[in-house]
Amino acid sequence: MNNNVEITLNGNKISVPAYISIMEAAKRNGINLPSLCHHPDQRVKAHCRVCVVEVEGRKNLVPSCSTQVADGMVIKTNTARVRETVKTIVELILADHPQECLTCIRNGNCELRQLSDKLGLTNIQAEPSVKRYPIDLSSSTLVRDNNKCIKCGRCAEVCHHVQEVGILYSHNRSTEICISPEYGKKLSEVSCVHCGQCVLACPVGAIYEKDETSKVWDAIQDPEKHVIVQTAPSIRVSIAEEFGLPAGNVSTGKLVSALRNLGFDKIFDTDFAADVTIMEEGNELLQRLKTGGTLPMLTSCSPGWINYIEQYYPELLAHVSSCKSPQQMFGALAKTYYSKVSGIPAEKIFVVSIMPCTAKKYEAQREEMRDSGFQDVDVALTTRELGRMLRSTGTDFSTLPEGQYDEPMGDSTGAAAIFGATGGVMEAALRTVYEVLTGEELKKLEFEEVRGMEGVKSSTVDIAGSPVKVAVAHGLSNAKKILESIKSGKADYTFIEVMCCPGGCIGGGGQPYGSTNARRQERIEALYRLDKDMELRKSHENPAVKKLYDDFLGCPLGETSHKLLHTHYSDRSA
Amino acid sequence: MNNSAQNDKYVFNFNFDEYLDIETYKQRGGFSALESALKEEQDNVIKKIKQSGLKGRGGAAFPSGIKLEMVNRAEGAEKYIICNADEGEPGTFKDRFIMTHIPYQLLEGITIAAYAAGAEKGFLYIRHEYPKPRKRMEQAIKELEEAGYLGKNILGSNFSLELQIFSGAGSYLCGEETALLASIEGKKGRPQIKPPFPTQSGYKGFPTLIHNVETLTNIPKIIEKGPEWYTSLGTDDSHGTKLISLSGDVKNRGLYEVPFGTSFHEIIYEYGGGPLEGHTVKAVNIGGASGVLVPPDRLHVSLEYGTCAEEEITIGSGAVFVLDERRDILDNVHNRVRFFLHESCGKCTPCREGLRQANILLERFRNAEASYNDLEKLERYTRVMQDASFCGLGQAAGNSLKTSFHYYRDEYISKIRNEEPAEVIA
Repeated sequence: MNNNVEITLNGNKISVPAYISIMEAAKRNGINLPSLCHHPDQRVKAHCRVCVVEVEGRKNLVPSCSTQVADGMVIKTNTARVRETVKTIVELILADHPQECLTCIRNGNCELRQLSDKLGLTNIQAEPSVKRYPIDLSSSTLVRDNNKCIKCGRCAEVCHHVQEVGILYSHNRSTEICISPEYGKKLSEVSCVHCGQCVLACPVGAIYEKDETSKVWDAIQDPEKHVIVQTAPSIRVSIAEEFGLPAGNVSTGKLVSALRNLGFDKIFDTDFAADVTIMEEGNELLQRLKTGGTLPMLTSCSPGWINYIEQYYPELLAHVSSCKSPQQMFGALAKTYYSKVSGIPAEKIFVVSIMPCTAKKYEAQREEMRDSGFQDVDVALTTRELGRMLRSTGTDFSTLPEGQYDEPMGDSTGAAAIFGATGGVMEAALRTVYEVLTGEELKKLEFEEVRGMEGVKSSTVDIAGSPVKVAVAHGLSNAKKILESIKSGKADYTFIEVMCCPGGCIGGGGQPYGSTNARRQERIEALYRLDKDMELRKSHENPAVKKLYDDFLGCPLGETSHKLLHTHYSDRSA
Repeated sequence: MNNSAQNDKYVFNFNFDEYLDIETYKQRGGFSALESALKEEQDNVIKKIKQSGLKGRGGAAFPSGIKLEMVNRAEGAEKYIICNADEGEPGTFKDRFIMTHIPYQLLEGITIAAYAAGAEKGFLYIRHEYPKPRKRMEQAIKELEEAGYLGKNILGSNFSLELQIFSGAGSYLCGEETALLASIEGKKGRPQIKPPFPTQSGYKGFPTLIHNVETLTNIPKIIEKGPEWYTSLGTDDSHGTKLISLSGDVKNRGLYEVPFGTSFHEIIYEYGGGPLEGHTVKAVNIGGASGVLVPPDRLHVSLEYGTCAEEEITIGSGAVFVLDERRDILDNVHNRVRFFLHESCGKCTPCREGLRQANILLERFRNAEASYNDLEKLERYTRVMQDASFCGLGQAAGNSLKTSFHYYRDEYISKIRNEEPAEVIA
């Protein structure tokens, strides 16, 4: 069956699939039509109207994002009428937009600015109409600057339909239209999970992470401070994008060198802590199985997810593993174990994390995360903030030398690397749990069924003759499905991995702008390549982790572990 | 309205001074259309309405029979009918009169249309500002339910219709069908992307027939007297009659039922008695706030869908507002721009920002502080608004602006600052 239609695009007769939009048809044939409200991973909105084109027989211009192609359609995308209209619409948006581009956080990667440049807009004739709204600084992680909002609705769309948290709304009407939490409340006054997906969705500088780079610079400058840094598993496959390099580059060595250039005293790896997490979490699962603890057990690595369950499903908190996230395990160990090994007093150690995540900022600041006697992690930076620090120092990422992580918290395994991808924690845990339970070597390390971008994945794994049913969910709308099935008693799983963001941490709210699902896929593939190429691919085989248990912790779930590496949760529902 | 009580040339036949009760309505042939329709195949009813050539009277003039057929043919576990009584177009008061004076004819029309479409549930979406019509309709629905013309197994047939009244909350935009649907569903009253059209996926995703009050009120007469009778009214291009809400600077303001083919001149001078003593017509606004401004020398155009489309006159809801020489065109246009600026949902850029700019620029003209460049900008923003807005609100908001640039350009030029160099004009 031929599902193609014949259309004429700017005089070129072409054949395209019948179900696609004019925008998509143009894209496949060499024309990127302008767009602002359109996002490849979201529903079509057709709010901004900058993608309008002329279609023969239609009285008005039509939005190319929401108009499907039809057989015989004659489309023109660059007539004087289209050009004048599109330019005027952008001019109208700019008249209502603060002219602060040079000092804006999105300077350099603002989609509105890029569009204005692309259209050759040199003059804004429309009357400036910017109203001054106060900037919402109330959230501990995000800044909302309504003045820069162009009302495209992408943030609200991701908040409602990808995460189903739904705290951002478009309300009021006409020129008073405003996207913010309900009734104009501040971000801190609603149950935001700090996932930062709204930040990734925003085409301009209307919502962004709270920049903490100056705190890090100050610490580096301070001769009294021993500043160490940890890098989350997913940073090595995304940081290159901050320098315009393609997604899916594995740049571990360059990342280490870049951080050393910035002046960090030690470059450590969150992957080390991820291996520790598997030791603790795997044993917790085994213990729950043995002692009849609450099942299914839910993972706890993703702080946006923890914020979600604490605020929206507190009745299910007993299911959540008591393990801290790798970031926080690292922090607690840095100010105890590393302090002991290095002889540097904990009060002098300043822990910085490079995270793909805005919720990690919230997590680092939690009251519960002070088990070392100090704030375990002092500052959590996003990938974007690191990008900013590196660019400000003239870093040319592609020509950096290949560096090596430092001892004793720099060694890791392939199991830790894949923590950054949805399904990765599950796979890492299964590799260890299998071997611990059976005492046999696991022949095939890849658990294909828990990999990939499908929203909810499940698998049954045979361990020592008994089937263990597991599930993986990523993106909170999928987490919600799992939670509802647990609530209704239908979830007969033993272990469930949940990641707050689509694709897992590689798709986190702190990742480089332009994190589409296609890019997420590239980053995921890079992590699996990394895992495949590693010598050690099981957390319990990490020699540095073995040493940690031998010299310091004793055994998983032991007294020290319990104190430093485990936590508790509380009902924070509104 | 002064039509004789049962004139065969009219569809509506209502008198201001008469309180029409259900018995009188029955004596005048009321419900005979419903009785006969329920005995017919749905397709036959649809066929008759298609043959009548009835078009939507809310403003868009979409062929009513085709819409009916689309809902009838659409797949859906349930189907809905919605009577759009969100009469928000400024200067329009026809639906109010229908609801207060001949509610039974409207309800009979709704029931026949619902039967033909296969809809067994429905809403009457009445604007918030119409408390009296709402009360009257509530009462009429109750009476009809008691008399067996509405509700379960109407007139002993297998057909049932559960009709509810839904009160709008004051937004003009909710007259737009997708915004209306959003509003009934409890969402923000903003327009939605089409397709899917409400005929395929309307209220809660079910196929939904949405018709204007006036459109539906035509239906009992079409069924009762036959499509041939209906097509004998009006012209070859446009069948039937149109309710005209005549207001402004004219002697006999009011509501008139006018056969298609009547010229606007006749509407104003014969039905309306012409301008007030000692005054002359300067402009006529046709089609409400979203309509156009027409100068006196173009009033010979007849009220017909085809002719008006050619002449770029918007029949719209049938509002005709007369402006005499004392009226300031810019004042009138600015008033409407302010209206639309207030009623815009704000989600699309051309409407929201175009109206914002038009408001600023018109203020400048009215203060005689404008430049030629301002006129160029105002025209450009108007074009963009009309050409690229998401829904009919923004697209139509430019109608009066556009016609004012064309017919009343001098009024703009006269407000341009004197110091402007003369050569700029060329």
